[in-house]
Amino acid sequence: MRALLTIIHLTLHETARRRILLAVVLCGLACLLLFAIGFYFVEHDMRKQAVPLIQRRMMLNFFLLAGLYAANFLTVLTAVLLPVDTLSGEIASGVMQTLASKPIRRAEILLGKWLAYWLLVAGYLTLLGGGVLVVGKVLGGITPPGIGQGLPLILLEATVLLTLTFAGGTRMSTIATGVTVFGLYGLAFIGGWVEQIGTMAGNDAARRIGIIVSLIMPSESLWQLAAHHMQPPMMSQLQMTPFSPASVPSPAMVGWAAGYAAVVLVVALRQFQRRAL
Amino acid sequence: MIETHGLRKRFGSKTAVAELSLSVPGGEIFGFLGPNGAGKTTSIKMLLGLIAPSGGQATVLGAPIGDWRARARIGFLPEHFRFQEWLQGRELLRFHGRLFGLSGAALETRIEELLARVDLLDAAARPLREYSKGMLQRVGLAQALLNRPALVFLDEPTSGLDPIGRLLVRDIIRELKAQGTTVFLNSHLLGEVEATCDRVAFVKRGRIVHETVLAEAPIGMTVELRLGGATPETLAGLGRFGDDIVHVDGVVRMRVTGEESLPEIARWLVTSGARLYAMHGTRKSLEQMFLEVMGEDQRPG
Repeated sequence: MRALLTIIHLTLHETARRRILLAVVLCGLACLLLFAIGFYFVEHDMRKQAVPLIQRRMMLNFFLLAGLYAANFLTVLTAVLLPVDTLSGEIASGVMQTLASKPIRRAEILLGKWLAYWLLVAGYLTLLGGGVLVVGKVLGGITPPGIGQGLPLILLEATVLLTLTFAGGTRMSTIATGVTVFGLYGLAFIGGWVEQIGTMAGNDAARRIGIIVSLIMPSESLWQLAAHHMQPPMMSQLQMTPFSPASVPSPAMVGWAAGYAAVVLVVALRQFQRRAL
Repeated sequence: MIETHGLRKRFGSKTAVAELSLSVPGGEIFGFLGPNGAGKTTSIKMLLGLIAPSGGQATVLGAPIGDWRARARIGFLPEHFRFQEWLQGRELLRFHGRLFGLSGAALETRIEELLARVDLLDAAARPLREYSKGMLQRVGLAQALLNRPALVFLDEPTSGLDPIGRLLVRDIIRELKAQGTTVFLNSHLLGEVEATCDRVAFVKRGRIVHETVLAEAPIGMTVELRLGGATPETLAGLGRFGDDIVHVDGVVRMRVTGEESLPEIARWLVTSGARLYAMHGTRKSLEQMFLEVMGEDQRPG
């Protein structure tokens, strides 16, 4: 336990000392600022033009969903980019030899790093997602529904990607891991659209292909599910925005994704245990 | 301290360690010698559990290799020591000390002690990225000694060090010996090994081909004798003092175990009636022995 905490401490210390954390937070704040400015003008304009309340609320909700989508994407990006070099880089440079020859289990090295990055990713999502919600509340007086379900689903999506990145790092080079994990993310993204458009067009084959892809990589369906929860039911039912899924992923997808992340973590631990350092 | 029986490692079709059987008792300074690519580093990594052997058995400090608890009493300096370059020297030692389970005042005292010993007190607050190769190697040596280990693995500890740094490492190895610490030293710097090791094993293509106890039996000497009227009987008689006797144009060259043979050879030659004009003994270096053991087919690694 003590070794685990030491590894977590070193990892967090590293992100602070190497100014990675600062860069991530500054970029996040810049995005929030831009979002707030845009939101302010749109809201201000609609108020001036006396747009009916219901229409105004729908518009602002759509805007908030767009902001949450950006928060989702940046969180996913962070979940892959932050830890992508932590295992493969330290194995390649020989740093890992000194670490792994200490009286600690290899699992503690991996789990310590994983937990540290998970905390950072969760913190980042809280900053960005929370920031978007604060902008909506303060500037527009609205809060989207289902935040309590939506944000944890985004965190689960980021957890899946973070864990895949760790699993890749136990075997592959940094670049290969990055390319593979983003490749899978892209696959899920396209699969998600195939499923949505297939559903709208009434094509069952396309819908099924999308579902199969989401089983291989559940990231996009987790976002779809999150987006479904975070918009008023009417918006979702009428499919008023690109964030209103025509085919709402089954709630079982949450269990599947959690199990997926757990299995990938176990695979990563086993691979790292056997890895020649 | 270390017992291995038929330890093997293959990487695909390439054999890195063919058959490693050795026994290192407690308190010994053991030299592991061999050309580059002979499997020295792979052997150390197997003993530390960094890579899994393909076959064979081994125990280190009585525990099977790979047992993480046993590593609490082991120190390791990897070849070309490197660590996260944003860490400061003192922070690096604090971090590794914690991994060894040390903390508080005991750890801080130990850190200052070691920083002073490896002459890095003035650089302790600087990040590793500003360290020279030699400084990195010295801070690496300090981290290997944090836990006052019973067994230390040093993989080419003097690589990148200047002569003063080498002397420092040599002194530290001697201090470790005085404290009863076992040292497993990988090196191809033969002078280094000769100066510090009790026993050496020569490794060639992943196999120990020769072992010599340096402390008890000197490696030997070559004696050159200029003789008048050396008969076949004289040459045969010299056989009792040594071997590899070669006679060319009145000059006899032979190998003896040590300097103490020289007066005996002179006394016997005089009483046997041979005319001895000159006698010269040259101590054989570990380097000559290395070349002999490794054979003619070695190429620079």
